[in-house]
Parts: sequence; structure tokens; C-alpha cells
Amino acid sequence: MPFNLLVLACLTYVIFLFLVAFMAERRAEHGRARWLRSPVVYTLSLSIYCTAWTFYGAVGYAARSGLEYLTIYLGPTLVFVGWWWILRKLVRIGRAERVTSIADMISSRYGKSNALGVIVTMICVVAATPYIALQLQSVTLSFGVFAQPGTYAWMIPDTNSTALWVAGGLALFTILFGTRNLDANEQHTGVVAAIAVEAVVKLVALITVGIFVVWFVADGPSDIASRINASAIADWDLLPSRWAGLTFLSAAAVITLPRMFQVLVVENSDERFLGTASWAFPLYLLAMSLFVVPIAVVGLGLLPVGANPDLFVLTVPLSQGQGGLAMLAFLGGFSSATSMVIVASIALATMVSNHIVMPLWLHLRPAKAVSGDVRRLVLMSRRFSIAAVLGLGYLYFALSGGSAALAAIGLISFVGVAQMLPAMLGGIFWRGATRIGAAAGLLIGFVVWAYTLFLPSFGPGAILPLDMFLNGPFGIGWLRPRALFGVEGMDPLIHALFWSLSFNTAAFTIGSLLSFPTPIERAQGLAFVYVFDTERAELRGWGDGLAEPESLLIMAQRILGDEPALTFFEEQARAQGKAGYLPDPSPAFLAALERQLAGSVGAAAAHAMISELAGRARVTVDDLMRVADETAQIMEYSSQLESQRAELERTARQLREVNEKLTQLSVQKDAFLSQISHELRTPMTSIRAFSEIMMEGGMPEGMSEKYAGIIHEEAIRLTRLLDDLLDLSVLENGTVQLDLKLANLSELLDRSLRAAAQTRPEREFLIHRDLPAEAIFLRTDPDRLTQVFINLISNSRKYCDATRPELRIAVRQRGGRVLVDFIDNGSGIPKDKQALIFEKFARLTDQTRAGGAGLGLAICREVMANLGGTITYLPGQGGAAFRVSMPLRLEKPPLAEAA
Amino acid sequence: MRPRGPVFLARRSYRQRRMRDAARLLPVAGAFLFLLPILWAPAETEARDTAIDGAYLFVVWFVLIVTAALMARGLGRQEQETGAETEGRG
Amino acid sequence: MLIEDEPNIAEAIRFLLNRDGWQVTTLGDGGVAEAEVRARRPDLVILDLMLPGRSGLEILQALRADPATAALPVMMLTAKGQGRDREAAERAGANLFMAKPFSNTEFVAAARSLLGTG
Repeated sequence: MPFNLLVLACLTYVIFLFLVAFMAERRAEHGRARWLRSPVVYTLSLSIYCTAWTFYGAVGYAARSGLEYLTIYLGPTLVFVGWWWILRKLVRIGRAERVTSIADMISSRYGKSNALGVIVTMICVVAATPYIALQLQSVTLSFGVFAQPGTYAWMIPDTNSTALWVAGGLALFTILFGTRNLDANEQHTGVVAAIAVEAVVKLVALITVGIFVVWFVADGPSDIASRINASAIADWDLLPSRWAGLTFLSAAAVITLPRMFQVLVVENSDERFLGTASWAFPLYLLAMSLFVVPIAVVGLGLLPVGANPDLFVLTVPLSQGQGGLAMLAFLGGFSSATSMVIVASIALATMVSNHIVMPLWLHLRPAKAVSGDVRRLVLMSRRFSIAAVLGLGYLYFALSGGSAALAAIGLISFVGVAQMLPAMLGGIFWRGATRIGAAAGLLIGFVVWAYTLFLPSFGPGAILPLDMFLNGPFGIGWLRPRALFGVEGMDPLIHALFWSLSFNTAAFTIGSLLSFPTPIERAQGLAFVYVFDTERAELRGWGDGLAEPESLLIMAQRILGDEPALTFFEEQARAQGKAGYLPDPSPAFLAALERQLAGSVGAAAAHAMISELAGRARVTVDDLMRVADETAQIMEYSSQLESQRAELERTARQLREVNEKLTQLSVQKDAFLSQISHELRTPMTSIRAFSEIMMEGGMPEGMSEKYAGIIHEEAIRLTRLLDDLLDLSVLENGTVQLDLKLANLSELLDRSLRAAAQTRPEREFLIHRDLPAEAIFLRTDPDRLTQVFINLISNSRKYCDATRPELRIAVRQRGGRVLVDFIDNGSGIPKDKQALIFEKFARLTDQTRAGGAGLGLAICREVMANLGGTITYLPGQGGAAFRVSMPLRLEKPPLAEAA
Repeated sequence: MRPRGPVFLARRSYRQRRMRDAARLLPVAGAFLFLLPILWAPAETEARDTAIDGAYLFVVWFVLIVTAALMARGLGRQEQETGAETEGRG
Repeated sequence: MLIEDEPNIAEAIRFLLNRDGWQVTTLGDGGVAEAEVRARRPDLVILDLMLPGRSGLEILQALRADPATAALPVMMLTAKGQGRDREAAERAGANLFMAKPFSNTEFVAAARSLLGTG
């Protein structure tokens, strides 16, 4: 097979994957990605468990150690068929807490401690880098198989440059499709789609090679069975410690590997998919391992002694002259390697970015903690992290020179990530687990792993001196890396697994028992352990009223982007019954916002940001590294108690308010007819009396004109009243026709002030305006909006009781909305009436009879609702103050639409 | 912490609870069966029976998968019936 | 004496009664009404139910509570015209209750009947 044909096929395949990812993202953007988010795709994406190490390596493993390779698949099978125990809970927690990575999960569980996040990230990077290098090596090796020396001598690839090209291409793909969105909830649809395709390719490739081997090279299953028993494979010894240990190890790894956590928890879009994956993923594993032994046996029989069994999947078809089949197998191996690298680098980059780069950056620029476009910064930091992770993998590959030591790195890496098992399982099943315990366990486990397994894996003399292996460090015999405490004769891998996890678990347990959890830890522990108890109160510990909703919105916009942030705030406001306005900074809202932000920047950073804005505990950026230090805890704790009491009081107050309003409203409803009657009868009395007088005739000179004038005046008053009533009913029914156009706010206010000047024209009114701020073009119904403005200005002219009346009109823009405040310097509206002024006929006192029927504000309220805005009374402004809020661009009339 | 249900359960919800018990037991049973080869220690017998051992493991594996599939269907249906909240805007 | 806050209605009543030979004093504010009544001692008080300052009912109750004005003929006017208002006015001691809008002739006849001159 010509080498350049291989390169061409490879490139075509990569372009195909780009297209798949691109199309998937496109469809997802248009909301047509239902099938992309299906249990089947979810299961297929889990197949990144099977890397090139299993695609090529399993056959080699079987050739060397018989059936032992099966343990790598049996462990995950047990975890998946037992999904009701662990996976279900992990996925639920991951979704409830909007977890972005395994480091985020552990950090979040233990009081949002960034220190833990850093430890976990470090372990993951150290354990995964060689693993990524292994993938690069497998691609390079498989290239080498095709470039046979002699025939195409000039094309023998330089191994380093092949690996470099592969690493570069993967970085490009991962950055393109892995960092399109920030929020983890908007998952990487494109990446997942590409991975699912690769999962199919590798399965098909391996099964096709298997079928070829069993039915075309050998004579079917029974022939294979006899060949197995006749081959050297049958000589394998089942070592009970390795058999049980590796099963346990692979079971642990399948939930702690960062890339598995990514697809299993973070990319999960529906919990129900897990039920399907519980059997479908083991089935995939079974299919992947079914033909491993047959291929190994046939390879051992066909190929010369000394041929690398790791490459049998390629070399067996090649030796039979099946170039096309070998090509398929090559693409299968290529798929296994690339999909693992892509997901692993996304997962690692998320951790590195959220737990190391971002906190560091915030730490170095404390003055600008939450200013600037954090969103772009986070994306940049993730891209940088992806490049760094892949760069590390390449560097490791180049430096280790593709040594044979890499082959063992798969299991070594498994033991490394398994160190997270105690902290993780303890965290979701044991409330008493603490940050101190988790940190102690992780650190000790990591150190023991590095000392007994990782560093020795480079070979005696490479990093640890030979003398240390033989006599222990400083001659201390019981500290020999391969025989801790003098326990000799153990398999090195099991030795390391046993000691590291034993120390880890012991430190975790004892540390947890002896230390005292912080309040946030306790709250988080409760949230994680009892995640299925939906009754769980929002114990997140945010007091209320401290954070300005405005500043929260600004911060959220910077991190989530304008539109998603606004949508989220609107949803929350609606949930609080304040549609069209900013939500109250209630504890529940703050907790929800924090979770939302956590999806983008990680739990610790989100917590710190909200802490800062909530004015709680003055958490400076400096504290980002250790969010909850002692003083913060005390304040947190006391304010939690306080906030519970405040919560009760607030509820009671709200109930009282509602009750009062209801009582008053029912009185008003009774009074409504009587009011209408009164308002209609008053002008009619004059009209009737004078018309009767005029009908009788005999009027003095000039009197009839005067009386006719009165009749006319009263008739107009009557008409106006009827107009108002009609207007109100039209507005309330939402049958109003809006005439939307662009209008200059300043001009609208000019017009309104001119019109309102007719109300009590004798009064000198000082008007304060902010002309530059008013220079806004609104898309709205200008006539309706002017109606509201005129009403407010007239009201002020009528009721402002200051001797030198002044009216201030302030304009502000916030999000996509415009706020116009009308504030006068009168005595304002008494507190007990504020809730009622927008009701019909709610003229405050019967004394103030300046014309009008008390329908003005009720009409204003309805007009604003039709314009997609609100009108509210602003208490405590030193006078009567009304705030009109409306969208900058009203796209379609929200209420008229319904008509 | 969990709110206790009534003492007299409907037959259906009793079945559901037992189904969950079974789902929890499945991996335990699987682990037992997978570790069984340790007991007959293939290393010590002289018979060359790797093919049989492999067949045994694959059969156990397959049975486990089928059982899990049947249970997942049952459990999934329950979860929908009891309206176990699957929130989120996937 | 006429106590009515709507200027146009007051104008109409004043014209009607003037033409019938009455002397009419008009007041637009409920707050000062009681004092004015004591000071001027009118033959008849025509009182609107809804007044700024003090409601017609309160003024009436105050007048009835004072022996000096307890027997003063009082006609109540209201624009609400509900049974409840009429009852309340009668309980407070109104001699006559008239709903707006009224017929001019009825109004004058009612005023006369209260003074016994009709």
C-alpha cells in the first residue's frame, strides 16, 4: 500500500470528521439535533474508554497474558450494570450542580475549595499526559507498519513529525469544536457526534478483522477454540491478585478518568440515557473484546516469532494481502486514538483553565476582578489549556522517544486517576467527608502512586536511582518503591494500587473524622449526599438583599453573554412573580445564579464572584485560592442563621402585603360600580339641570351662553371618562393595535411636557432633564408611550405639594431595556397606598379632585404591559417617583399577539 | 431524611422497590461470577482450557447485559411514572 | 345653605333656588361646613355626600349631635344613588335624600316641602 494513499485516506477521514462535527453543531443551533442527543449517541460517546491502547494493545495483551485483558472491560461492565448505585447519583449531581469536570465536582463537594480543584487537576494532568503520548505513539507506529522499509524508503515517516502533525490537527479540532460554547450545559454537540462516528468506525474495524480472522483465515469458531488451546496463550496463569485487582482498578478508572467523567456526566443531556447505556455500553465492550483472542492466536501462528503482537490488528490482514482491510483497521486505531485525545484534552483543559489559569489570572489582576469581558478570557484560557495539554503529551512522546515503557502507561495512569475514588465516593455517600480528609487522601495517594509506580515506570536509573530500588532511599530498606514495608513478591502494579489506595482511604477517613467541616462544606455535603431528596431546602447560604440585581446582571452578562444572561434573569424574575423586572436577590436566586456561573467558570470562582457582589464577607480575589477561610466561615455561618430568620420574616411580610392588597381589592371591586356611577352622574347632573333651565326659557341676557358652555364642558368630561373606560378595557383585553416605529425618546418627552403643561398651567414647574442620556432611539408605539409620560407629568403637576415644585426625569439603559424615572419633590405617596395606585379608580383621597377619574395610572400600567414594559412606583426617592421600563426594541407586541 | 412511605404499599410500588433492590444486587452477582475463575484457578490445572474459560466469561457477561437491559426498561418506566424530575434544558 | 364641591352643580342649584326666591350661600369645602352652618343658621342645608375635607355624612352626624342644630332640615345629595348610601343618610338623620341627576322641578319642590312652605 502506497504510503501517500494512506495519508490521503487519513486526511479524507479527518475532513469527514470535521464535517460531521460541523453539521452536528449547525443542527444543534437550529434545535434540530434531537437524534444527536439520543441514548445511542450517548452510549457510543462512552466508547472513548476504548483507546488505541485497547484497540491495538488488547491483542498484544492477550498474546502475552491470555484472558487477563478481559478485566479491563469487566470492571466497567460491573459499574454500568450497577448504575443504580453510583452512576445515577453522579449524573444527577453533575446536572444539579452544573459540574464541569471531575476536579470541579470534588472541589464543589468539599466547600468549593479551589485547593482541592488544583490537586485533582494536577493528578489528572500527570496521569493523563503519558496516556496522550501513548495515543500519539500508536498512530505513529501504525503509520510505520505501512511504510515498509526498502520499497518506499524515502517515505519512512519521521516519527516525531508524524506525531507533531497529529497533535497539531487534534489541537485544531479540539479548539474549534471544544471551545465554541462556554457554558457546560451547552454541551459539545459537534465533538460528541464526531466521537460517536469514530466509535462506530473502530467497532466495525475490529469486528471486520475478527470475522476475517475467524472465518477466512481459520475455519470458524471450533477451529479457533482448538488453536487457542494449542497456542502459547493457553499457558497463561490467572493470578488471583491481578485478576481481582485489575477488575477493581478498571471499575474505578471508568468513573474517575477525566475523559470518562466528561462524556458520562458533563456531556449527559438526559438522565434516562443512563438506563440504556447501562447495558448498551457493556455490550459495546463485549463486542470490542470478542475477537481479541482469535486475532492474537492467529497472529501468533501466522507471523514470525518476534513480530510485535500490539500491531497484529494491522499486520495480520497485511500479511494476507488484505490492504483494504488493513486500511479499515488503521482508521479504527486512528479513531480510537483521536477520540480519546480530543475528549481528554477538553476535560483536562476545562480543569486547568477553571482551577489554575483563571484563579491565577484573577489573582494577578486583583483590581479588575470581574471587569472586562470575562467570557472571552475564559474561552481564551481554555484554548490555551487545550494547546498546553496536547503540547505536554507531544513533549512527553518526543522525550521518551516512544519507548516501550509507554505500553504499560495505560494501567499506570488508571492507578493514578483511581486516587480520586475515595474522595469522590466518600463525597457522594458520606456526609461526614471533609475537605481536609479529601485533600489528605488525594495527596498521600498521589505521592505513593508516583513513588511506587509512576516514577519507577521510567526504569531503574531514569528518575529514581537504581540504588533506591535495591536498598531503598538513604538505605532504608522498608521504603523500597517496589516493596513498601518489606512486602515483597507482589506484582508491582497491584503493590502500588494496594498501598496507594490504602493510604489514600485511611488518610481520607481519618482526616474527615478528625476535622470539622465548614458551613459551605456541610451544605454541599447535604446537597450531594441527598441529591435525590427533592424536598431539600435551598441551603446554599445566601442572605438576601445584599447584592444589587443590576450588578449581578452585568457580571452574568460578561460571563454568560448578553442574551443568555438576560434570558436567565427574566426566567428567574418570572419565577418570583416579577415578570419584566429584575429578580430580587433572594437566596434561591443567588444559588441558581451561582450554579449557572459555575457551569462557565467552575464552582469556586463562581462562588467567589457572587460572594464579592453579594457583599458577603468581603471576599477579595485573593481569597479565590482558598474561598472559605476562617473569618469567612464564621460570617457565613452566622449570616446563614440570620438569613433563615430573615427569610421567615420576609415570607410573613409578603403574606401580609398580599392579604392587605386582596382585602382592599375586594372593597374596590365593590366600589367599582358605585364609582363608575358616581363619575357618570356628576357631569350628568349639571347637564340635566342646565338643559332643563334652558328649555324653560326666559333666560337673562348672556346667561344662556354661559349655561350652554357649562353643558358643553360637562359633556366633554363625560366623553373623556367614557374614552378612558373604553381605552382601559381595550388595553386590558390586549386587543389594542400597536403602531410600532422608531422614535427619539427626547422628542417624546418634549411632546409630553408640552401637552402636560395644560394641567394646572398656573404652576411654575422646574424640570430637570438629562438630554444626552435621552438621545435614544426606541422602537415602540410613540403615541402610547407619550400617553403614559403625559399622565405621569400631569399627575406630578396636579399632586406635587412642594412650594417650589420640581420634576426630575432620569433616563438609563440597562441590558436591552430603557428606564425612565419621573421623580418630583413633593411628599410622595404614603407607603400603605403604594400598592394600590395602579388600580382602577384608586384616586388616593377623595379630596384631591383635580379632574380625571382615577383611571390614569391604571391605563398607564396597561399601556406599558402592552409595550412589553412596566411602570412601578419607586419608594424612598424623596417624592413621588415612577419608573417606566421598556424594551429598547419592541419586536412584536406581546399582548396584541394574543388577540 | 427520606420521607417514609405508607406501611401498606400498593402491589405495584412494592414491585418497583424490589426491582431497585435487584438493580443494586446485579453488579454484586456479576462481580461474584467474574471472580469465580480465581477459585478453580486455571493456572493449576494441566488441562488447556483457556477457550472454555473465555466462553464462560463471555456467557456470564452476555447474561449480565441482557438482565441489565430488561431491568433498565423497568426502572426507566417507573422513573417516568413517578415523575422523577429530569430538569434541565438539554 | 348649599354645600357642594362641583362648581357647575352648585351653579345650577343656586340658579334654581334663586329663581324660586331663596337666598343661597354656597360652600365647596366640607371642612369648614359645620362652623359656617352654626354661624349663619340657615333655614335649610343641602349637603353633598362626597365632599373634600369632610364627608357629608360626618357633617350631618355632627349637626344632629348638637341640640342647637339637631332639628335643622337637611337634604342630602349623592351621585352614587345606591341603596346603601340612602340608608346611611337616613340613619344619620337626613330629612330627605336626593339622587343625582335630579329633575329641576322635583328638586325645588323637595326644598319647599322641607320648609313646609310647599
